[in-house]
Amino acid sequence: MLKPKYSRAMHSPYEKHFESAEQQRDTAVFGMWIFLGTEVLFFGGLFMAYTFLRWASPVTVEVGSRHLELPLGCINTAILLTSSFILTMGIQFSENGRPRLAASLLAVTAVMGIAFLCIKGTEYLHVIHEGLLPGPAFRIDRVMSPDSLRAGMIGALGQKANLEPQNVVPTVAELFFWLYFVMTGLHALHLLIGIVLCLVIAVLLRRPGGVSRNAVHNTGLYWHFVDLVWIFLFPLLYLAGHW
Amino acid sequence: MNSSDRQSPWVNYVKTWLLLLGLLAVNIAVAHLRLGGWNFFITLAIAIIQAVLILLVFMHLHQGKNENLVVACAAYLWLGILIVGTLHDYLSRNWVPGPPFTR
Repeated sequence: MLKPKYSRAMHSPYEKHFESAEQQRDTAVFGMWIFLGTEVLFFGGLFMAYTFLRWASPVTVEVGSRHLELPLGCINTAILLTSSFILTMGIQFSENGRPRLAASLLAVTAVMGIAFLCIKGTEYLHVIHEGLLPGPAFRIDRVMSPDSLRAGMIGALGQKANLEPQNVVPTVAELFFWLYFVMTGLHALHLLIGIVLCLVIAVLLRRPGGVSRNAVHNTGLYWHFVDLVWIFLFPLLYLAGHW
Repeated sequence: MNSSDRQSPWVNYVKTWLLLLGLLAVNIAVAHLRLGGWNFFITLAIAIIQAVLILLVFMHLHQGKNENLVVACAAYLWLGILIVGTLHDYLSRNWVPGPPFTR
């Protein structure tokens, strides 16, 4: 006779169509991973646009990148990495039977996410005040300010770039900043969703009823995914032109 | 699942976190070096290492079911198809960036 793949766990309730609670848990996690896979492609379109822009106009992208606030970007990256670490600890505590401590750590994670959004908002204000918001008010002369043009800069493909003002194309510079706002804005929207999720789970963990292990685990997966996206956004947007 | 993973996950988490912050510092330092065309690929490679660390340790990919690993790899594979296929379109047609794109 065929042996069932999963042992029959009788202690946790599970839906009828599953063989066991373990299979239900694994299915939930698997479904979350598939959703994260679709999210990779959701951001993928924007990464493709960036790839094309950097391939077609590497000099302009690098000059544009020098106008972003690198120190704030570094702090934001460190905040997100630490928040992922704290969230992982919180989930581990929740699985070890300490829901109140887990709730506190999830709340700390959410607060770090809010700090990230505040710093990002400050960055946006800086960029907008410099006149670099794409649109009718875009100031190309600010892109080609003397401190961002250095003679002898080498382009992304190793070619010597002549940083005369006419080599920095206004429309492409505006495209770079458009990509910057859209990519980081979409990421910020995902982060906001993650913050809400963390806060909801933190509140539910403190209740006597508790919260299902799937919900906590999948919230963790979502937050780590948002961190993953930022890990790729940071070098592409911020570290492009700082040599 | 390896039972020894359950005994000390804390140490692994702390080590991974410190490694991630260290790689961030390396990334920022390397970005300030004058390496020509290699800057882009090195910073991207460091980002990929950070991403793999998070995927394996924080998202428990290495100790979970294999189906999750397949989905994670497939997602990046499909992203790779998108980027490679689109660039292939331009490069195979000998398309060089014209105005407004200039080098």
